[in-house]
Amino acid sequence: MRRFLLTRLALTIVTLVLVSILVFGVAEVLPGDVGRTILGPFASNEQVARLNHELGVDRPLLVRYVDWISGFVRGDWGESALLNVPVRPLVLDRLANSLILGAFALVLIVPFSIFMGVIAALKYGRATDRVISVTGLSLIALPEFVAGVLLLVVFAVKLGWFPVSSSVPSANPVDIFRQLLLPSIPLMLVLFGYISRMARAGTVEVLQSDYTRTAMLKGLPRRTVIWRHVLRNSLLPTISVVSVQIGYLVGGLVVVEKLFNYPGVGKLVLDSAIGHDLPVLEATVLMIAVLYMVSNLVADLLYGILNPRVRFAR
Amino acid sequence: MVVDRSDPTSALTVTDAAPGVAGLQGEFARLGRRGRAALFGRALLGSKAFLVGAVIVVWWIFDAIFWRLFVPYEPTAVDPGATLAGPSRSHLFGTDDLGRDVFSRVLAGATSVLTVAPAATALGIAGGITVGLVTGYYRGIVDNVLMRLVDAALAFPLIIIAVLVLSVLGQSTWNVVVVIGIVFTPLVARTVRSAVLAEREHEYVAAAKLRGESGLYIMFAEILPNISGPIAVEATVRLGYAIFTAATLSFLGLGLQPPSPDWGLSVASGLAFLQIAPWMVLFPALALATLVVAVNLVADGLKQVVEE
Repeated sequence: MRRFLLTRLALTIVTLVLVSILVFGVAEVLPGDVGRTILGPFASNEQVARLNHELGVDRPLLVRYVDWISGFVRGDWGESALLNVPVRPLVLDRLANSLILGAFALVLIVPFSIFMGVIAALKYGRATDRVISVTGLSLIALPEFVAGVLLLVVFAVKLGWFPVSSSVPSANPVDIFRQLLLPSIPLMLVLFGYISRMARAGTVEVLQSDYTRTAMLKGLPRRTVIWRHVLRNSLLPTISVVSVQIGYLVGGLVVVEKLFNYPGVGKLVLDSAIGHDLPVLEATVLMIAVLYMVSNLVADLLYGILNPRVRFAR
Repeated sequence: MVVDRSDPTSALTVTDAAPGVAGLQGEFARLGRRGRAALFGRALLGSKAFLVGAVIVVWWIFDAIFWRLFVPYEPTAVDPGATLAGPSRSHLFGTDDLGRDVFSRVLAGATSVLTVAPAATALGIAGGITVGLVTGYYRGIVDNVLMRLVDAALAFPLIIIAVLVLSVLGQSTWNVVVVIGIVFTPLVARTVRSAVLAEREHEYVAAAKLRGESGLYIMFAEILPNISGPIAVEATVRLGYAIFTAATLSFLGLGLQPPSPDWGLSVASGLAFLQIAPWMVLFPALALATLVVAVNLVADGLKQVVEE
């Protein structure tokens, strides 16, 4: 178990370093003059050069990368090129907002999706299974902005139950639902497709296994077999699927936060990318990667704890 | 579906292939393929979900090519006298903020997404096949390094990569195609690679090697035709994702630019008028919904038939 964990941790760190190089490379090497973007087309070349020098973007690439990454690790994330505010509080603040929205969606949809997936598996090949599977499949395909716009037209414009643009909710439960339900539904629809599908596949596989048949044949009640033998084994892979979906969730947040004008990390990525605000963009994308890696690590841990085959493996 | 290679007779025909028998053997393979194709078609037509999806996809492709024949108005024609008008007999889906006919724009909007998405898919499939064949066939260090890179790339939400790259490269249709194609390449490569890994152990590959064929020939002329099933499935699945992504990027303002009638773009520009003219966003969104769901139904139907 310890060896398993150490390997995973090392892999995570290596991947993060790779991602940081990738992010830095894409943002800084590909064309796009920072000073020119900020000052606009009418500034003189000298002004652009001076600003570039002030921002430090005229130094060699490797120096800038080492400077940036060491600053990042120490907690000095620099200043936003557009908003003139320190990057760290800005990014962390937006990240917290997005976590609220993402967590809200996950908490509501994960148990429901697993439940429906298991139901579909238990009714394998019958009408219920077909309906759940085809619905899930269609929902995966639906871009978040399409689902979001349809929801907005019906529930915000026609019925007026929800605000057209969402803000960070107060602690009041009614407010939480009022602000977060509409923007989280498009995310939930996509998540439902993936998670229910995995839960179904896992359960179907276990249902066909020899030990399930043995349990049935030795006369255990169906309910006991399902709870004790089937679900325990079939839901393990679902844990990893949920953690992989964290990555998807961030992508979905970009769309949903733009659509609902929610001040989260996705909107920050989009705004800073369009505005060429490199310090913000790099820090945000790297933090997204960190978050994703950590959630994967936690999922692996959980998987190891729940699965003795991994726990005792050498 | 591939020929069952555990079948002793088929193994025999392959290993015994002398130059003179090659023609006969090709004949056998062709017949086999035609027979398989017929079986394939019958199984596909038996699936209701596949049929519904196929009809809708064919309709939108037809519309994307021939929309000029049945649009009542020019999609970019501005009419200052009839802005933000609700659906009526003269404007079935209403008009937008510039008085343009939404019905005509929805019909014309299929073209852009049905150009960008297939082009991006083709690029990703071509790249993925090449990378997958090389890594799967040669294995070794190239394989290891490339697959680690793929893992690192997969750690990233597609949309974030696209936003990052498009904001730097600038927004154009061509850039959207390239970005989606490049992001798809490692994903396709992974599928192709695993198919190649299973395939390269077969006798016909060993036979080709003994004949002294080059690696290039074996990869593209021997292995590739035998993994066409999984590749076809991968292509339709990717096409669904490509439509999803291309539309989303248009919506985010990183794809096509106004006055294009593109659906994603129309939804984005209609958002400002959501409260007073919801039809501006409703109809392009519905059109897109039918297309993506239909493509996915087709992909799933194909997948089930290929896997069986």
